[in-house]
Amino acid sequence: MPETGSADTAAVTLRDVRFTWPRASGPVLDIASFSVPRGERVFLCGPSGSGKSTLLGVIGGVLQPGQGEVRVLGTDIGRLSPAARDHFRADQVGLVFQQFNLLPYLGVVDNVLLATRFSARRAAAVGHDAAAAAHACLGALGLEDARLLQAPVTDLSVGQQQRVAVARALLGAPGLVIADEPTSALDADARSAFMDLLFRECARTGATLLFVSHDRALAQGFDRVVELPELNRAAVPA
Amino acid sequence: MKALLGIALRSLLNRRLTVGLTIVGLTVSVALLLGVEQARKSAREGFAQTISGTDLIVGARSGPVQLLLYSVFHIGNATNQVSWESYREIANSDIVAWTVPIALGDSHRGFRVMGTSDALFEHYRYARTRELAFARGEAFEGVFDAVLGADVAARLGYDTGREIVLSHGVASTSFLDHADKPFTVTGVLERTGTPLDRSVLVSLEGIEAIHVDWQQGRAPAPGERISADAALAMDLQPTAITAFLVGLKSRVATFRLQRAINDYPDEPLTAILPGVALSQLWSVIGTVERVLLAISACVVLAGLIGMVTTLLTSLSERRREMAILRAVGARPWHIFMLFMLEATAIGTAAAVLGSALVFGGFWLGADVIGRQTGIHLQIVPPGATEAAIVGLVIAASALAGAIPAWRAYRTSLADGLAIRL
Repeated sequence: MPETGSADTAAVTLRDVRFTWPRASGPVLDIASFSVPRGERVFLCGPSGSGKSTLLGVIGGVLQPGQGEVRVLGTDIGRLSPAARDHFRADQVGLVFQQFNLLPYLGVVDNVLLATRFSARRAAAVGHDAAAAAHACLGALGLEDARLLQAPVTDLSVGQQQRVAVARALLGAPGLVIADEPTSALDADARSAFMDLLFRECARTGATLLFVSHDRALAQGFDRVVELPELNRAAVPA
Repeated sequence: MKALLGIALRSLLNRRLTVGLTIVGLTVSVALLLGVEQARKSAREGFAQTISGTDLIVGARSGPVQLLLYSVFHIGNATNQVSWESYREIANSDIVAWTVPIALGDSHRGFRVMGTSDALFEHYRYARTRELAFARGEAFEGVFDAVLGADVAARLGYDTGREIVLSHGVASTSFLDHADKPFTVTGVLERTGTPLDRSVLVSLEGIEAIHVDWQQGRAPAPGERISADAALAMDLQPTAITAFLVGLKSRVATFRLQRAINDYPDEPLTAILPGVALSQLWSVIGTVERVLLAISACVVLAGLIGMVTTLLTSLSERRREMAILRAVGARPWHIFMLFMLEATAIGTAAAVLGSALVFGGFWLGADVIGRQTGIHLQIVPPGATEAAIVGLVIAASALAGAIPAWRAYRTSLADGLAIRL
């Protein structure tokens, strides 16, 4: 993996990144410069149409920008093959979506262990007793009731499901956690409890947190708030 | 790969109703295909086992297959008969070791009556080398003695000592009974798996005796009747028989004798080699078998299309599942393999269940089929053909799975991490 000394200190670095969907007239993403230092908690604020999903796709290594440089944890992922980027994501990125993060046919623990299924690095990081590591991770997020862990994931409340998703995103200590509107389906109480847990666990594992939302009320507690429309020159004004 | 297989199986289990029905559909089609093949093989085996050690079968001039069918398998009827003189002349030939005469045309409650001689018990072989054996009693000795095949005794609940009345003609409900000349059962044969199980065996003299007062196939008028005792005092040498089996002293002479019989100057006769006639029969039936196999293959194809439809339909509701897998690092190739594995798992399950259904069914059903139809299915252990069919079905299901797998691959590439519904 190509690494440079300066990029080593940053979790995410974007330089002159442009992304255009095939057959689209113009780019949906045009970012001159964006950087997140390691261990930082960044609140990325943007309404729909601001290129949020595209940016997460680029950083997550699913979309390849037509031009520019994308470095994640020191690796220039824009230069990697699609397979290598998938591999990199499996190793280094934990993702939490808005909702429905879990495979309905797997149990709670198996859903968490999905993080190690496609990543040898994370499988190695949790050690030989992966189930115990998953239980520890779930326990740290307040999910330790045996009955709850045995229940089908579809029986869990949305807040519980989101916490399982966080456990999965953090299992095996990936360097970067990307959360895309993870609280939008939660009520106010659950939301603040969820945010507290997310901060605490990211701090504990040392993961950089990139939190995306349109709800500025959640910005409290972050190291930095970045307005995506200001960052993205291609953003369509809402 | 192991992780993917686990995910694939759990995912299938989660959709157990649709997947289960797909498997049932495919199972039925696989069972049909294997069943046709098994029926084909076991019927052949059954036919081939019926006659062994006979060098020639001789009857009135007809097609070889027809002669084989009516003489040995009791299917259909003879068009003409062989005169007693011709039979004796051929039987007395130097190169002939033995002959077994066969006189058909009567029945008892739907079972055919076969007039024959002691030579049958001595020379008839089935299943390559096996001889006829008696479960109870002994061979017929008197004119009005009868020996029953195993099925006849079992179905009608007869035993030795029982008196039976033969009927004229082979229809199962004959109104022309030979009621004035009843026969006594002297023996019951062991089961052979041949049409003899469904036959009543009597002596040629017995056949002659019950027809002694008949005039050219017409029942006697009241004044013309001859009683059983009176018949016994008469000369009961038959004037004609239906066919006869020939065993030669040396097989080398087979073709020579066959030619001589086919060119027999006194009456038109046909001599056939059982093996050759059987293979002619198979070539006739072969077309039907191929049509059946083709139809069953089409049914399997329909089953596979059903499976592809099920998997394709599930695609849209599984886009979220694919996005989750992509998020945890699965490559689009993994998604492709996931669908391939699911299709292969469905195909494998159907192939295994279908095989179990067919071989279990045959094992349980062969006896019933034998009783109902007289066709004794020999259960042929599954061989290369069955393995090929099972392998092909699994391979075809994997291949068919490539269609939804490819769609899923494209979708997961296009969707990426975006969870869309």
